[in-house]
Amino acid sequence: MQSLTNRKKVIEQKPMNIWERMYLPAIAKGLSITLRHFFKKNNTIQYPEEVRPYSKNFRGRHSLKRDEQGRERCTACGLCALSCPAEAITMVAAERKKGEEHLYREEKYAAVYEINMLRCIFCGLCEEACPKEAIYLDGPHVTAEYVRKDFIYGKDKLLEPRFDITKLNEKE
Amino acid sequence: MADEVVKFKVTIDGIPVEVEPGTTILNAARKIGGDIVPPAMCYYSKLEGSGGKCRTCLVKVTKGSDKDPRPMPKLVASCRTTVMDGMEVQNITSPEVVEARKGVVEILLINHPLDCPICDQAGECKLQDLGYEHGAQNTRYEFERRTFDPISLGDKIQLHMNRCILCYRCVYVANQLTGEREHGVLYRGDHSEISTYIEKALDKDFIGNVIDVCPVGALTDKTFRFKNRVWFTKPVNAHRDCPTCSGKVTLWYKGEEVLRVTARKDEYGEVEDFICDTCRFEKKNTSDWVLEAPTQVDKESVIGANHYLQFNPPSVIKENKKLQAANAEQLQRTEPLK
Repeated sequence: MQSLTNRKKVIEQKPMNIWERMYLPAIAKGLSITLRHFFKKNNTIQYPEEVRPYSKNFRGRHSLKRDEQGRERCTACGLCALSCPAEAITMVAAERKKGEEHLYREEKYAAVYEINMLRCIFCGLCEEACPKEAIYLDGPHVTAEYVRKDFIYGKDKLLEPRFDITKLNEKE
Repeated sequence: MADEVVKFKVTIDGIPVEVEPGTTILNAARKIGGDIVPPAMCYYSKLEGSGGKCRTCLVKVTKGSDKDPRPMPKLVASCRTTVMDGMEVQNITSPEVVEARKGVVEILLINHPLDCPICDQAGECKLQDLGYEHGAQNTRYEFERRTFDPISLGDKIQLHMNRCILCYRCVYVANQLTGEREHGVLYRGDHSEISTYIEKALDKDFIGNVIDVCPVGALTDKTFRFKNRVWFTKPVNAHRDCPTCSGKVTLWYKGEEVLRVTARKDEYGEVEDFICDTCRFEKKNTSDWVLEAPTQVDKESVIGANHYLQFNPPSVIKENKKLQAANAEQLQRTEPLK
C-alpha cells in the first residue's frame, strides 16, 4: 500500500558482522555513557532538605489568618464552603462572648472549621470567595498520612500561629 | 342592573395591563410580573398603610392619563400612586429611574453595616438583592456609620439596630396582628431607631412575624442565631393543625434537624399567611408537622444550591451488600484504623 506521507523510512536489516558479534565494543560504549554521567550535574534534589523554588501563585495547604492584633479573621460566613466545588469545607459557627474580643475579630466565629484534604482540589476558590481575607492556600504540600481521618484538618492544623508584628524587626 | 366593572388600562414599560381603579402602579406591575416589577423594601401588601418610605419603587410617569396626558413632574413612588386610565409608566426602560434607584440604594446603605458574612439574613435579604441589582459597587461614604449594641427583644427575637432601614413594617405587624404594640420608632430623622421602652420583652402572640417581614437582618430569630447559613439549609413546605393560625409554614432543614420555621414567602418575599409564635419557635420536630414538598426556590437564588426536589435524594455511594461480603476481610482490617 502506498503511504499517505512520504516520511516512511524502510529500515534494512542485515546480519551482524564480526565486529558487532563480538559484543565487547558495544559494552564498552555503553559503560562509557554511564561513566560520563557520574561527572554531570545531578538533576534530582534531596526533597525535604532541599526545596526547589516555588511559583508565586502555588496553592498549597490552607491557613486561617489572624489580623494585626492576633485575632482570628474567619467569621464562619460559609462562603468558602459554598464556593468549594469539592465540598471539602465544613464549619460550625459560634457567637463571641463578652471578654473574647481579643480572640475573634467579629461577633461570630468558627468554633469548628474542617477541610477534608482528600476532597480538596486546591483550586483556590475559597480564597477568592472569602470576604474577610481569612483563608489563603499559602502553606506547603499536604503530607501523607496513614489513616483517612487524619486528612480532615481542623483548626489546630489550619490556624496560623500567633505572632507579634511589632517584634518582627527585633528578631532580625 | 349590575354596573359594568370599570377597568383602567395602564402601560408599564410598554406592556399594557387592565386593572381596577384604585390599584397602585406597583400592584399593576406585579400583575404583569417579571423584570418590570419595581423593587419594594417597605411596601408589604398584607400590611395596611405600609409603603412610601424607602423610595426604591420610584417610577417615571410619562403620561398622566388619557384626559390629562401631561407627564408627572417628578418620579413617583409606585407603591403609593394609584393608576389612572391610559397612564403610561416607565420603570426599567427609563435611565432616569435606574439612576435614581441607584441613589436610593446608596442612601439606604449609608448606615447599613454591610456585615453580611455575620448576618443571618444573608442569602434571603432584600437589601442584598437590591444592592446587587441596582447599587453601585463601592461606597462613597467616608464618615462613621451610626452604631448600636444588639438588643434582645425577649428570648426569641434579636434586634440589630445597625442594620435597620426604618421601613416600619414591624411596627405595622405589631399594630395590626398583635393585641398591643410594645415597640415603635423612637426619635426623629437621622436619629430614628426601632426600640421598645426600657427594652421591654415582646411576648405577644404573632409577634414573631416581625422577623419575616423585616427586609434586612435587623430583626432575626434568636433560636436560629448563627446556627447555620440560609443557603445550607433545605426549605420544605409543611403544615400542622394549629388552633391560632393557618399552620402553613416552611421548615428549614439541615440534615434531619429543623433549624428554623418561617412562614411561606412568595416571589416578592411577602408571607402567604402570618404564623403564630407557637408554630415558629416551639415546634421544631419533624413529628409535629405534616410534610408536603420541598419549597420551590427561585433558580437564581443562592438557596437553590444543592437543592433537591425529592425528599430523600439517593446517596452518592450505593451500599452494595455483595461487594461488602466479598471484601469483608479487608474491611475488617481497616476497622481498627478508623
